[in-house]
Parts: sequence; C-alpha cells; structure tokens
Amino acid sequence: MSDLGVPLSHILSLSAILFSVGLFAVVTRRNALVVFMGVELMLNAANVVFLGFARAFGDNAAHAIAFFVIAVAAAEAAVGLAIIIAVFRSRNTVNVDEIDALKF
Amino acid sequence: MIAAAAFYFFGALAIALSLYVVAAKNPVHSAMSLVVVFLGLAGIYALLSAHLLAALQVIVYAGAIVVLFLFVIMLLSLGEPTERARISPFKALAGLSVVGLCGGLYVVFDELTPLATSTLSQDYGTVEGVGRILFSQFVVPFEAVSLLLLVAIVGAVVVAKAKI
Repeated sequence: MSDLGVPLSHILSLSAILFSVGLFAVVTRRNALVVFMGVELMLNAANVVFLGFARAFGDNAAHAIAFFVIAVAAAEAAVGLAIIIAVFRSRNTVNVDEIDALKF
Repeated sequence: MIAAAAFYFFGALAIALSLYVVAAKNPVHSAMSLVVVFLGLAGIYALLSAHLLAALQVIVYAGAIVVLFLFVIMLLSLGEPTERARISPFKALAGLSVVGLCGGLYVVFDELTPLATSTLSQDYGTVEGVGRILFSQFVVPFEAVSLLLLVAIVGAVVVAKAKI
C-alpha cells in the first residue's frame, strides 16, 4: 500500500471477517429483518475488497463497481422489506422458520 | 502511522459492532449497531482515498437503508423478541463453518504477494474521477442501475400495498 501503512492482506481479512459474520447472521437468525442486515453486511464486505484492490492498483474502475453494489443493495433493501411487510400482513410473523409455504 | 492506527480502530469497531448485530435480541439494537458498522466502513473508505464512496456510504447506507430498516421494525411493532438465546448444534456448526471459512480466506490472502505501490492519480476516488469513468466506460450499467431502481420503487409499492 502506498502511504496507508496497512498491508493489503489486512484489508482483505477485515472483509473476510465481515462476510463471515454476515453469513452467520443469514443462516442462524430467525428474524427476517436481521437476516437482511446480514445480507447488507456481506455486500459491504464485497465493497471493502473492491476498494482495497482499487487502492492497490490505483484504478478508479472499482469505485464504479462499488457504486453499483451500493445501488443494488438499496434496491434489494426496498423490495425485500416490502416483501417482509406483505408477509407480516398475511402471516403475522417475520420468523423465517414459520414461513414455509413453498417448502416441498 | 496515524492512518494505520485509524484503519485498525475503524476495523475493530466495525467487526465488534457487526458481532453485536448478530447477537442482539432486539432488532432495533441490531439496526443501530449496523449504523456504527457502516460509519466505521465509511472511515475505512476515506482512509483508502475513496472519498466519493465514503460519502455515499454515509448517505445511502447509514442514512437511507438503516432508516428504512428502522421504519419497518417500528411499522411491524414486533413487540417482545421471541428468539431464545440458546446454543443449538446447528448454530455451533454454523459458527465453526464461518470461522473455518474466515481462516481459509486468511490463508489465501496471506499468500498474496504485496502489489507494487502504485502512485495515485490526482482524481483518484474523487467525484470527478469516478463520475468520468461512470459516464464513459460504465455508462450502460449506469443506465441499467437507474432502470433497476425504478423497478425497485414500483415493485416495493406494489408488493407492500394492501390493495392496489
């Protein structure tokens, strides 16, 4: 790294830890809202990798990709939370274990 | 030196608060600690000279998305949390798996040879530099994203509305 004084592997490790915590939230939590928060954490971990490598290469292109990731995360949050509201209206729960109508 | 210390401070903050996002019983506490995670990551983006992305992180993530989460939590008025804090075998297995994933990723990252230090151009990470590349090389994805956001707005209204 140029003048930050932090090796690239530490930036990538931060991203790996955030991704793992987000994945843990997605697979273990039952509240659909917290599951969504886990997804947001994973998307942010991806952005950290993009910006870390962008800094290492001195390339602006990864900033554009990270910008798209933020836009997609906003769209995903809007539609996902609307789905949670719709499910809550018909089932009166946001517990993902009880929402199993599509289970075969 | 100060930049490196700030990086480790923001990184430790983000990791600690992301663990609290997972551990908190109350979704409001999860959402509030998510704000701090996003602000810590914005600090890291600023340290990486990604000025535009740091600003967008604060505005879009810490501002808009978490407010949306809080609105939905309040709207649903979930009351008392129903999840019990117990360690099931599944949770233990999931925890071991993600720790293993993290360790495996660290082994891979440690193998990476340090890249040659590149000098940053004058417009690196600024609104001008990123905007220039967004409207030249990435103009088609940029327009696609605008369409995606339009579809998301309409879709959110259609899905969440009781009667159309």
